[in-house]
Amino acid sequence: MSDTSEIAPPLWLLAELTYRCPLHCAFCYNPVNYTDHSDELTTDEWFGVFRQARALGAAQLGFSGGEPLLRDDLEVLVGEARKLGFYTNLITSGVGLTEKRLGDMKAAGLDHIQLSFQDSTQELNDFLSSTRTFDLKQRVAASIKRHGFPMVLNCVLHRYNLPHVGKIIDMALAMGAEYLELANTQYYGWAHANRAQLMPTAEQLRDAEAVVERYRSEIGDRCKIYFVVPDYFEERPKRCMNGWGSVFLGVAPDGTALPCHTARSLPGLTFPNVKEASIQEIWYESDAFNRFRGFDWMKEPCRSCEEKVSDAGGCRCQAYLLTGDPANTDPVCARSPMHEKVINVVNQAALKRDPDAQPIMFRNDANSRSMSGRTATHKALARSDS
Amino acid sequence: MTALKLKPIFRLQWEPAQNAHVLLYPEGMVKLNQSAGEILKRCDGTRHIDTLIAELQEAFNAPDLGDEVRLFVAEAHRRGWLESQT
Repeated sequence: MSDTSEIAPPLWLLAELTYRCPLHCAFCYNPVNYTDHSDELTTDEWFGVFRQARALGAAQLGFSGGEPLLRDDLEVLVGEARKLGFYTNLITSGVGLTEKRLGDMKAAGLDHIQLSFQDSTQELNDFLSSTRTFDLKQRVAASIKRHGFPMVLNCVLHRYNLPHVGKIIDMALAMGAEYLELANTQYYGWAHANRAQLMPTAEQLRDAEAVVERYRSEIGDRCKIYFVVPDYFEERPKRCMNGWGSVFLGVAPDGTALPCHTARSLPGLTFPNVKEASIQEIWYESDAFNRFRGFDWMKEPCRSCEEKVSDAGGCRCQAYLLTGDPANTDPVCARSPMHEKVINVVNQAALKRDPDAQPIMFRNDANSRSMSGRTATHKALARSDS
Repeated sequence: MTALKLKPIFRLQWEPAQNAHVLLYPEGMVKLNQSAGEILKRCDGTRHIDTLIAELQEAFNAPDLGDEVRLFVAEAHRRGWLESQT
């Protein structure tokens, strides 16, 4: 797509303020080598990003990370975003969300808080995030409601907590959440590294979905429950990001602009940085944002498929992770010649395994550095040269 | 009958880039047509539906808006945009 007049403006700006995080969740979508990208934009640089994105038409702004509360200037950033007219969303683990910060963010105009939980039980919550945070999260949820914020509870699902989905819904109701997002793990970043551990069975998913349906019919509109089925179990791919470069603009902590949360892992693309290019240039003109726009980039079977209009070819990151080429059809699609790879993963999940055979890899700096093989090799070579 | 009021989780605002009113909510947005925008911006907790209809009919110099407005308000309730009527 070369004619920029056909490109719609971005609507949803995700500001990943930092990769630092007090939790170490095994299903995090952040890049496994996040320690290679530890630079962070300054307050003024973020202001510039907000102003430019808003001027283009972005209306939603998510503050995320890592844990955005680790930025001391979060309140100032929220205030500026709200003044510009964004609907402001704080996406947080709740760790560090004190009464004072809640009060200051309310005053700054924060519109909504999404609080993540790992499970309804302390043991599993603490195990999967590799910390002791469950009690703290319950206290934080109560404070959020006391300050009058709309609250979305988000719980990432996988084989360990799918059997508890009823208890998770009870917990969301008890906390007064307006929405509950039961988001089945998407296998990118750390979640991809831990895929063999986290992948549920088809039976677990069916059971959980039945529980969700039962609750939906019982609770009416008290709390809206979203249940996102993991697409490995589907025959057609999701319309990922509503299409590449269609509505979503992510900015990583170091200023790298991304058309999806996990695009950074894709080979053969150079992502622009907000320190070097305007948001206007990035969105409309950069090679990275235009690469998978529209239909011209598609290969078969997408190219001649009538469903390309509705699914936009699926997910580029999944195509890369499972087939080695981001321009291939998302292998979740049953029409993909490599759909078998997805079937194999699902079948593997149904087999009984020794849980100790492959230890779960928590998201932390030490693991990130060891996953960053390329950087490690470069450093080793540099040392041997000198 | 209670006054019509948007739930606090929603924010209605004019978006110049879209030349339309939009309804914003956590991580989402609905673009509104002109009549939906005119109705919802008056759902601020100060008017009952009859007052709202009378006001719109005067503002747009159109005498028969009652059915259209009632239909839309029912739809807005169904979508969970407005506080429940008691």
